[in-house]
Amino acid sequence: MATEHEERGSHFLEKELNSSRFMEKVKETTLRVQKEPEDLAFVWPHLVYIEFICLLLTAVILVVLSMGLSPSLNAPLEEMASPDTTPNPMKAPWYFLGLQELLVFFDPWIAGVVLPVLIIMGLMAIPYIDPNPKGKGYYTFSERRIAVLTFLFGLALWYILIVVGVWLRGLDWQWYWPWEDWTVHKPPGGAQLVDLEVLIQKYVGLAPILSNLATYAIMAGYYVVGISVPFLLFRKFYKSLGFIRYSITMFFFLTMMGVPLKIFLRLVFDIKYVLVTPWFKI
Amino acid sequence: MNGLLEKLQDKILHSQLWRSIFRHGVPDTDYNRAMVMFSNVFLHLHPVKLKRGALKIRYTFCLGGLTFFFFIALTITGVFLMFYYVPDTRQAYQNIRDLQTVIYFGNFMRNVHRWSAHAMVFFVWLHMTRVFLTGSYKPPREFNWVVGVILLVATLLLSWTGYLLPWDQLSLWAITVGTKMAEATPLLGYAGPFGPELGRRIDNDVRFMLIGGTVVGQNALLRFYVWHCIALPLVASLFLAVHFWRIRKDGFSGPL
Repeated sequence: MATEHEERGSHFLEKELNSSRFMEKVKETTLRVQKEPEDLAFVWPHLVYIEFICLLLTAVILVVLSMGLSPSLNAPLEEMASPDTTPNPMKAPWYFLGLQELLVFFDPWIAGVVLPVLIIMGLMAIPYIDPNPKGKGYYTFSERRIAVLTFLFGLALWYILIVVGVWLRGLDWQWYWPWEDWTVHKPPGGAQLVDLEVLIQKYVGLAPILSNLATYAIMAGYYVVGISVPFLLFRKFYKSLGFIRYSITMFFFLTMMGVPLKIFLRLVFDIKYVLVTPWFKI
Repeated sequence: MNGLLEKLQDKILHSQLWRSIFRHGVPDTDYNRAMVMFSNVFLHLHPVKLKRGALKIRYTFCLGGLTFFFFIALTITGVFLMFYYVPDTRQAYQNIRDLQTVIYFGNFMRNVHRWSAHAMVFFVWLHMTRVFLTGSYKPPREFNWVVGVILLVATLLLSWTGYLLPWDQLSLWAITVGTKMAEATPLLGYAGPFGPELGRRIDNDVRFMLIGGTVVGQNALLRFYVWHCIALPLVASLFLAVHFWRIRKDGFSGPL
């Protein structure tokens, strides 16, 4: 039998049979060489069977959901596209609702362009700013507290914004609790929004130009103070990262924290813009 | 009777036809289990052996694999849908109605496509979370994480471009909202910071490039169709190849 095999696809098989990697693999079950016997299992059947069962289960669920057992499970199709009527509320697909919810608190260029790009760049940077060698290949919290907490915080922020966008925003993007009547418009308005520089004018008494400059200082100060504090108080943390990694990490961290901070300022103090420049507003 | 069946099986397994297709025996010997991984193009993605700890479902929960499964399901149902869909603003909506009503298995295929799409987006986030929590992005696997983020972006873009194709109210306005954000891009959008100063107008900025016009219309539909069915799947396949290759080369980061 073996010789027939070899004849059949001899040049094909010969490479395989003669390659040292292949022979090692076969030998590993029969011979114990100098290496410590590792606990290895053949992919066929063990892994392949697990994958197959996973695949079958998911396929069954997918088919049952798609069979058309109930109209509510069908893919939606509303009326034909009409440039004249805008649906109210006009919601993006659920995975973008986080960004659309951010539009309430930030201008489109931040909510729609800058923040998503920073999120992607921040995600890409993670392996390069994480110096901790622990936690590779198993689940742990205590060995990598900062990393896990920061990541889960960002994830929670993202999901909370999505939840709000899906279930708590109704007509005119107003806040609707699930038990309220979603077909009735709410009176517009609410609190009157002011800019931070107007507040500074009012309560600190500076002239308009000076209070405008003060807002620049506050924005810069947020980052300066934010970057200096761990450098001064948690020197070990700074040393473990080095200057470049530290700066990158703190920039992304402070920007991420800036999002709930600005949401807080808007909801509690009715502040619309923290910084107003002739070209853009934050 | 048993002897007869065995003889029949033997004859089939040793026939020229069978042995020309399957260049390995039944994988019930260690030799054949190794051969299967070497001679089958689909299975050669796997190693011959792996650490027993890596078999634990509670390590990976099959999340990456299921994301890939949804991608395959989307491709297959997508091809089916492509037979019945024309990216023309005068036809697209009716094509979808036809798929829902008169075309055999049309509604089923569309449903599978839509459920797989949402599932793929959801599972890709879960997979990313799992990889993070098991530290499987730490050296030497850093760049594979970056490739994974690229795949995440590709998944979201695939979902978003597909959203426009039914050409219903949801499609048109979701894409209008999205592209309106594009016009606010700093430097490149005509309504973004420093955009007008750099000469961006409504008919030459990044949003114009995206939708091929000043409003979301026929050009946008065709462009999004090409992105959705050709360009982005090719990009995703390319990066998937790199992603799987690196997993094999770096070894599975299972429990030690």
